[in-house]
Amino acid sequence: MSPGDPFIRWDWVASHLGDIWLRLEQHLVLTGLAIGIGLAISLVAGIWSSRWPWLYAPVTWVSGVLYTIPSLALFALLIPITGLSIVTAEIGLVSYTLLILIRNIVAGIRSVPPEVRDAALGMGCTRRQLLWRVELPLARPVILAGLRVATVTTVGLTTVTALIGQGGLGYFILDGIQRFFSTVLVVGAGLSVLLAMAADGLLVLVEWWTTPWAHRRRG
Amino acid sequence: MGGEPRMAGEPIASANQANGTARAQGATVEFRHVTKHYAAREAGAAAVEDLSLHVPPGEICVLVGPSGCGKTTSLRMVNRLVEPTSGQVLVDGEDVARIQATTLRRGIGYVIQQTGLFPHRTIAQNIGTVPDLLGWPRSRTRARVDELLELIGLDPALVRDRYPAQLSGGERQRVGVARAMASEPPVMLMDEPFGAVDPITRERLQTEFLRLHHQLRSTVIFVTHDIDEAIKMGDRVAVMRQGGHLEQYAPPADLLTKPVNDFVARFVGSDRGLKRLALIRLADLPLEQTSLARVGATIQPPRNATDRYTLLLDANERPVGWMNLAHMPPGSRAAREAADASSPFVRAETTLRDTLSMMLGCSVQTAVVVDDDGRYRGVITIESIAQELRGSVALLPGDATPELAIP
Repeated sequence: MSPGDPFIRWDWVASHLGDIWLRLEQHLVLTGLAIGIGLAISLVAGIWSSRWPWLYAPVTWVSGVLYTIPSLALFALLIPITGLSIVTAEIGLVSYTLLILIRNIVAGIRSVPPEVRDAALGMGCTRRQLLWRVELPLARPVILAGLRVATVTTVGLTTVTALIGQGGLGYFILDGIQRFFSTVLVVGAGLSVLLAMAADGLLVLVEWWTTPWAHRRRG
Repeated sequence: MGGEPRMAGEPIASANQANGTARAQGATVEFRHVTKHYAAREAGAAAVEDLSLHVPPGEICVLVGPSGCGKTTSLRMVNRLVEPTSGQVLVDGEDVARIQATTLRRGIGYVIQQTGLFPHRTIAQNIGTVPDLLGWPRSRTRARVDELLELIGLDPALVRDRYPAQLSGGERQRVGVARAMASEPPVMLMDEPFGAVDPITRERLQTEFLRLHHQLRSTVIFVTHDIDEAIKMGDRVAVMRQGGHLEQYAPPADLLTKPVNDFVARFVGSDRGLKRLALIRLADLPLEQTSLARVGATIQPPRNATDRYTLLLDANERPVGWMNLAHMPPGSRAAREAADASSPFVRAETTLRDTLSMMLGCSVQTAVVVDDDGRYRGVITIESIAQELRGSVALLPGDATPELAIP
């Protein structure tokens, strides 16, 4: 960064819109995949852990350990096995969603009032019907709260995957650091923040739309 | 109160068959030597010890007792939420253990104290739960939901699409009952269904449920710890004690007049004579007659020489009030203004307890009994109630024992 250079060169932004869009798209795909896979794994682990409570401790222990491994170290460890691939990136990203998601899914299912569960079983719901019709819908606010945290975290974390050549907005950040070029760095970091906020806002809306009972009061 | 008149201690089914409106759709429920033991680590649920009980179809059987007496455990063995350690529960002669649990439960109404309504589903969806599970077509479920909402006194158009949190506690309890009745189950299990509402609402819900039951005639097993509720709701009452022992199983009147042991006597309370008054209606007693006078007519000499008052009736035979013969001697003209209207007018289906309470409230010794149109039928005096009370108390064994006063 030479002194006298402006903090953001809008002409660069204007001439690289296509590039920016490409990186944004990559970022979205990487994040979306990670959240999707993470949610699927967590739902299975969470549902099993609430059905067989003895599973909960080992499951949280494993996901907790994964969560504590520094992301750079994790990628470094995985490269010899899975190479500089999207698989490596996703293994890392998914690992970091598990702890939060599993905890919230289990907490959500546990928060279902016992009398509601009792009534559902007493009226002849099967275990599966209890889960899909009663427990998961009632756990939804808590699960979505976890999903928001996991999503915001993952959007930020996805920038690191640029290190293993997976693109995304992290590409700009790396580029900016290497070239001492503040514009790309700001574009990369700024878009990442905006994306995180947008995803968070979207999930708030999803929560609002899918839990009409929670915000309709007597009237 | 004001529900359907019910004869004290008379099983509803037989009373109903007598007037030809019986629609026997209830099932018999039978406990045969049912025992439930829990391992020490499963603390929290009460054991049941060799329970044998037969509930005839269409009756309300109340299981009552202190906490830890196993009444809820017994109830939950009917729909297999609890499996007995030994013994059998039979519904219409069939051992419930041989019926698939979900199939069994869809055929048995289930109401619990905290209602257990699904907070995330609308009132219509809640009531339609079992019809949904049974795979009813949507239109049939919808029609049934509206019918039930009407039945429990809620406006379908107003309530159908609301969520449980948008209703009052009493309304939620009603919806809980409606949900249990949705598929017209031959058996209903009710675990302290009115325990979580205020006393006034509870009283109303009890009376409403008796009215509903009168129409629906399913067999009901009803758990409560409140002996007054048991006496009001039950055709038969099973008194249980800690450890899951059945102490007495009898119609409420028998329970009050002939408790089999000290435990039952203590549990029904030292005021059981008074409680019995709640089971007797004025229609069950012979009415007395009194001296009468008509508005505008001359007052006749009293019917009984000892009468100090005469009752003034209007042109439609409706009582106006009492006139003191000392002030209005025979021969004088009866005028409305001279009548004292402080004496209560009661209808024949009023219980003796309510009548007595009204008399005490008005500080009078006589109540006037009127028919549905308010016409004079007779009078009831505090002496005749006292006589009824003495009659029932005289039947109580070992009544003088002081420890019976302990509630």
